[in-house]
Amino acid sequence: MGKTLTGGDIVCEALLNEGVDIVFGLPGGAILPLYGVLGRYPELRHVLVRHEQGAAHAADGYARASGKVGVAFATSGPGATNLITGLATAMMDSVPIVAITGQVGRAAIGTDAFQETDITGATLPVTKHNYLITRVEDVGATVHEAFHIARTGRPGPVLIDIPKDVMQEVGTYDYERDSQINLPGYRIPTAAPDEQIDAAVKLINEAERPVFLAGHGVIISRAFDELKELAEKAQIPVVTTLLGISGFPENHPLHVGFPGMHGEAYASLALDDSDLIIAAGSRFDDRIVGNVNEFATRSKKIHIDIDPAEIGKAVPVDAAVVGNLKHVLAQMIPKANRGSRPEWIRHVEQLKSDHPSLHIPETGNLSGQHVVRGLSNVTKGNAIICTGVGQHQMWAAQHYRFTEPNSWLCSGGLGTMGYEVPSAIGAQLALPESLVWSICGDGGFQMTMMELATAVENRLPVKYAILNNNHLGMITQWQELFYMGDTQADAYTANPDFVKLADAFGMKGMRVDDIDDVESAIEEANAHPGPVIVDFVIEKVEHVYPMIPAGGSIKDLMEDTRV
Amino acid sequence: MSTQSKFEARTVTALVEDRPGVLARIAGLCRRRGLNIASLAVGRSENPGLSRLTFVLEGPPSVVDQCAAQLERLVNVIEAHDITNMNHIWRELALVKVKTTAETRVEVLELSRVFRANIIDIGANSVTLELTGGREKIDSLITLLDRFGIIEVMRTGRVAVLRGTLFEGEEDGQFQANRNWANGVPHEYHITPGVSGSV
Repeated sequence: MGKTLTGGDIVCEALLNEGVDIVFGLPGGAILPLYGVLGRYPELRHVLVRHEQGAAHAADGYARASGKVGVAFATSGPGATNLITGLATAMMDSVPIVAITGQVGRAAIGTDAFQETDITGATLPVTKHNYLITRVEDVGATVHEAFHIARTGRPGPVLIDIPKDVMQEVGTYDYERDSQINLPGYRIPTAAPDEQIDAAVKLINEAERPVFLAGHGVIISRAFDELKELAEKAQIPVVTTLLGISGFPENHPLHVGFPGMHGEAYASLALDDSDLIIAAGSRFDDRIVGNVNEFATRSKKIHIDIDPAEIGKAVPVDAAVVGNLKHVLAQMIPKANRGSRPEWIRHVEQLKSDHPSLHIPETGNLSGQHVVRGLSNVTKGNAIICTGVGQHQMWAAQHYRFTEPNSWLCSGGLGTMGYEVPSAIGAQLALPESLVWSICGDGGFQMTMMELATAVENRLPVKYAILNNNHLGMITQWQELFYMGDTQADAYTANPDFVKLADAFGMKGMRVDDIDDVESAIEEANAHPGPVIVDFVIEKVEHVYPMIPAGGSIKDLMEDTRV
Repeated sequence: MSTQSKFEARTVTALVEDRPGVLARIAGLCRRRGLNIASLAVGRSENPGLSRLTFVLEGPPSVVDQCAAQLERLVNVIEAHDITNMNHIWRELALVKVKTTAETRVEVLELSRVFRANIIDIGANSVTLELTGGREKIDSLITLLDRFGIIEVMRTGRVAVLRGTLFEGEEDGQFQANRNWANGVPHEYHITPGVSGSV
């Protein structure tokens, strides 16, 4: 039998039934009926953020780190619109989030009422699905449906907009009834049809120079073991995409690096020299492919994806496999021949030694690469690393030696500056025992640094490493390379003193400007029980190499001439 | 527009949930992917709670090829099919109001008879015709009526269904032209006198 409850209570009960234990949010007028009952559900821990974008990113970081659905609350109007960047970030990187927003009362909808926004209209393109609930009877079923959609298939963000009076009204909630999913148009691929598997395995068995292009799908479907088993059995080198990093151990002999715009040159060259690319949960992003007509022209392509709409979207493929990657790889393993490709493996090793892409400048000054290398050494590749977008992200991707599955959280698809600060909070809450390092640019850090208060308030020992060059480093790089050196609006001439800022927030703050102090500072930060900011004062202008310019191909590869 | 010439058109049918906002999701998806909706017809289907849509979508080949798969990503879309290259029948309905005088009325009525159009309204200075058929047939009639002075044209856009298979156990929508026909070759196209193209 159902329970008679207010709409707000139904939301909380349904969240608990979905296994939610943490909610990130910030209250406002229209969502107050939900906050008004939150106190009755002590099992739901509410983490008060300082800006709703932080709630969405923290929910995203929580979801990526835990594999569960992240939850964010926001009020109507500006509260809801502040979520949008976070929803778009999660949409691009296929991260399961359920966002619940308050809406003005039903009678006021469409009247330009105070704090009214058509948030379902506004978030159509950046959510996997969204809802405007108009009857209290629908609240329970909608919450359960939203979780189902967010976490299954290709995961993604789902938004539920609930008018204030619907949350106040009394209705019934019956878990048995409301958790029945009836979505005739929603399919969840699991195992792939045998004929697709057979066609793909045939290409693998016939290939002389196959290479995996392992993407975020490896991490989302937790296909770590299957990928390793198939790669080892068939002797296939593994290139991981930017979001595929930490999907395959970087100390494994078959690991090749990440390809594309700022990836290791040898990874891009391995793709180009291959005769078969097995894209596993990767969507042939333009940062990898560049010029489609010149991308890996000598290789056939197998595309394994859970989303049929990705097949053939960016690159024509020779074999398509639609399914959940974990299932698909398990289906392939027994059919794939035990491989022996010593020449190809030797060739890839040769590429690595001919193109030592991971250069550390030897000017004597501290650089971003030194910091990441130091972090990698001190943490032995075991920390959870969060980044935003830009040079710091690329140096982190290049120089950190990830050895733990799913230990790399960055805004890959949307490229969101500021993701690194709140996502680390979400990750730390998901993994309280883990060491979480957020590697930040000084630009992105200042976009979301108000969330440091959230970290302090919740006693979260997140470590923030600011690679501080007083510049929007990647912008400076592009302006110097592609805009005739006309650097405009790329420099910060009045950054705050980040050590004093740490003090103001009640955190430990440190400044490092000498290469020799990097590792000891990291050790000191690790030993501190609370959150820490380490302000690494790095070389003002330094380019990230290797680089393949946007829309280019392997022919346009720029390697660091100082290597 | 010059860019339009590089566009290709696809006929797509879809079965969708009949609820508010579904069309907005579909239209939004088309807009985001750079697809132009050249025509759209929506109506309730044979299943309660479900609507059937036929659209003609135009866009760059790489994008239109993806349109059915993209549509199926929408939670409220039960299924979507690009039937452009399948064996299907399509129709459009047009209402054409044309100026007439005592001298021209007979000629207009004669044209409508040849085109098998229905006269659904006659006024002092106008006649309204109802015509069903393929786009070319409707275009042809409109072209021929133009010299009388067209007051208004209202067209529905294309509706389409797959042709039923002629053989047990086979799927609808297959071309069956290379079969050994027992009773001659069935007509793919009916030719209306004086009009080229399909009906």
